[in-house]
Amino acid sequence: MKTVGIPRSLFYYYYKDLWEDFFNALNISYIVSPKTNNLIMNKGLKIADSEMCLSLKNYLGHIDYLKDKCDYILVPRISNFKNDNQTCTNFWAAYDIIKNLFDIKILNYNIDLEKGQTLKKGLYKIGKTLNKKPFQIKRAYKYAITKEKKRLKKNHQINQNKLKLKKTKILLVGHPYNLYDELIGKDIIKYLIKNNIEIIYSDKFNPKITGPLSKKISKDLYFKYSKDNLGAIIYCQNQINGLIFISSFPCAPDSLANELAMRKIKIPYLNLVIDDSTSFTGIETRLESFLDMLGGKLND
Amino acid sequence: MTKIAFPKMGDYHIPAAYLLSHIFPNDEIISPPNITAKTIEIGTKYSPEFVCTPFKYTLGTMIESLNKGAEILIQMGGGCRYGYYAELQEKILEDLGYKCKIINLVTKGETNIKRINKLLKQINPKFSKLKAIYYSFIALKMVKYMDIVDDYIRENIGFEQIEGSFENLKEEMLVEFSQTKNYYSLYKTYKKYLKKFHKLKVRKPDNRLKIGIIGELYTIMEPFSNYYLEKSLAKHHIEIKRFTNVHYLLFEKAKKAKKYQKYAQKHFTYNMGADASDNIARCKYLCEKNYDGIIHIKSSFCTPEIGAMPIINKIASIYQKPVLFFSFDSATSQTGIETRLEAFYDMLEMRKEK
Repeated sequence: MKTVGIPRSLFYYYYKDLWEDFFNALNISYIVSPKTNNLIMNKGLKIADSEMCLSLKNYLGHIDYLKDKCDYILVPRISNFKNDNQTCTNFWAAYDIIKNLFDIKILNYNIDLEKGQTLKKGLYKIGKTLNKKPFQIKRAYKYAITKEKKRLKKNHQINQNKLKLKKTKILLVGHPYNLYDELIGKDIIKYLIKNNIEIIYSDKFNPKITGPLSKKISKDLYFKYSKDNLGAIIYCQNQINGLIFISSFPCAPDSLANELAMRKIKIPYLNLVIDDSTSFTGIETRLESFLDMLGGKLND
Repeated sequence: MTKIAFPKMGDYHIPAAYLLSHIFPNDEIISPPNITAKTIEIGTKYSPEFVCTPFKYTLGTMIESLNKGAEILIQMGGGCRYGYYAELQEKILEDLGYKCKIINLVTKGETNIKRINKLLKQINPKFSKLKAIYYSFIALKMVKYMDIVDDYIRENIGFEQIEGSFENLKEEMLVEFSQTKNYYSLYKTYKKYLKKFHKLKVRKPDNRLKIGIIGELYTIMEPFSNYYLEKSLAKHHIEIKRFTNVHYLLFEKAKKAKKYQKYAQKHFTYNMGADASDNIARCKYLCEKNYDGIIHIKSSFCTPEIGAMPIINKIASIYQKPVLFFSFDSATSQTGIETRLEAFYDMLEMRKEK
């Protein structure tokens, strides 16, 4: 029985449920690396080039953790979703970087809609590599994708319901691999929840709605995930009290897209850039004053 | 009458100014001012914190040209986030109180004639399309000739007998290029100067050092942003090989992508954005062609190149070739670069003697 290792970073936060459903349906055993801890992060920092973005360094750390614990490691390559929906170039290069830095077996698929490489083809390829029969793969794919669609709808609904609440609401703008990472964004979320703030996540909206909305901030933007984030800002700008940008240093799309958003929106915002030497105490101080400014009540 | 300006990159402002002045004879073309320390200071001041350095350079030149009275700015983008510069730069300039329009001819490293036509109409709706096509042809040829001459200069300038002979002749040539009337006269000048260049005396020793320069396109093509790296190499009598130039980006890149991919398929599978995968293949090429060393340069935070660096490093270690990585920022000091270059050069000499 082959085991697949899934690093809990970057792509994981976009596809975790889909992958898990797919592998469960195919009866493939998999392990997910633990939540980021200092050991993993430090390992990543050591392996990575000093100028890589924090999230990629973190990803390398997770790969390193998994490298002798499984037969395959799942590293997709995601390039674009057609019609000016590129991803960051790190997403294009991750597979090749890892192939060169580690001596491991990689389970890879490529999403490049401009060249006709779809998610469906990718998952079929994975199933085939793991010696599954086509009819099994078909069934598993259908099962995973229907569940994924339902989940998307549900997440969007949850966010919409949150927007109707009468609490202090803050939109967290950032990539999911930063927001939900244990070392990068988790502390910020915890702090906000402790202070009785309703958090709305920018990545939990339906991209079909938020994508086109982003045109109101930026006409030329072609980074998909940044587009979704900017669209989310427009979508709920009248219903929220403030927003917090969270990005890892030095994120390429964020450096331009967030800057443009900051110059165009008229809601109070806080820009947090997380580095490997950032301490939460510094961030805490800034969050505190931001919440003070918003008039939110602080629990002492 | 509108005043048109564009950012500077190497000597390419000459064909660009030539082209624009012929398409829009009634408008004024403002040649970009030379980049100085001041330019970068201005650019850095108004740029976002961790944007890559070309953004700061181009923003700096834009502000300087606006101070000179420019109204329309032309920008071109590459395949990475370079393609998205224009929109943010326009907003920054607007916030600073400048009234201007930025026209972005290329985004995502792609463009087509329809788009260019539409954009040029915004400058002056009455421009003649026939003229535009004819002069674009001449300007593109000019770029090609410049690149060919530059390649020759790079190979030989380190071994010139009379100091400055190459540079002086090149300047002469560029002046004559900018005054070309038609394609025929351009071709004749090019041939004339090519002959002159070949006649310049050089003394090339057989055991000369050969270095290949690869890296991010803006830094590689704008000598000020790489602190005149090629010049300092030439001073050490080194033959230089460089692949990236405008002609390559416009005409060869698309064709060569597949070839490069096949050539270096052991090292990378997918396109990694901008010139990253090209550079990996070039690194392999330089190693196989027995160059003495490789210098990889980029502006800091250039994401595609950062991804390519570990792979380039690996290829170099397979072939046992030394690589020097430079990451240029607005805060880089000239002395630091010189020291590292000196050490690199000494190391190459020592390897050669062995």
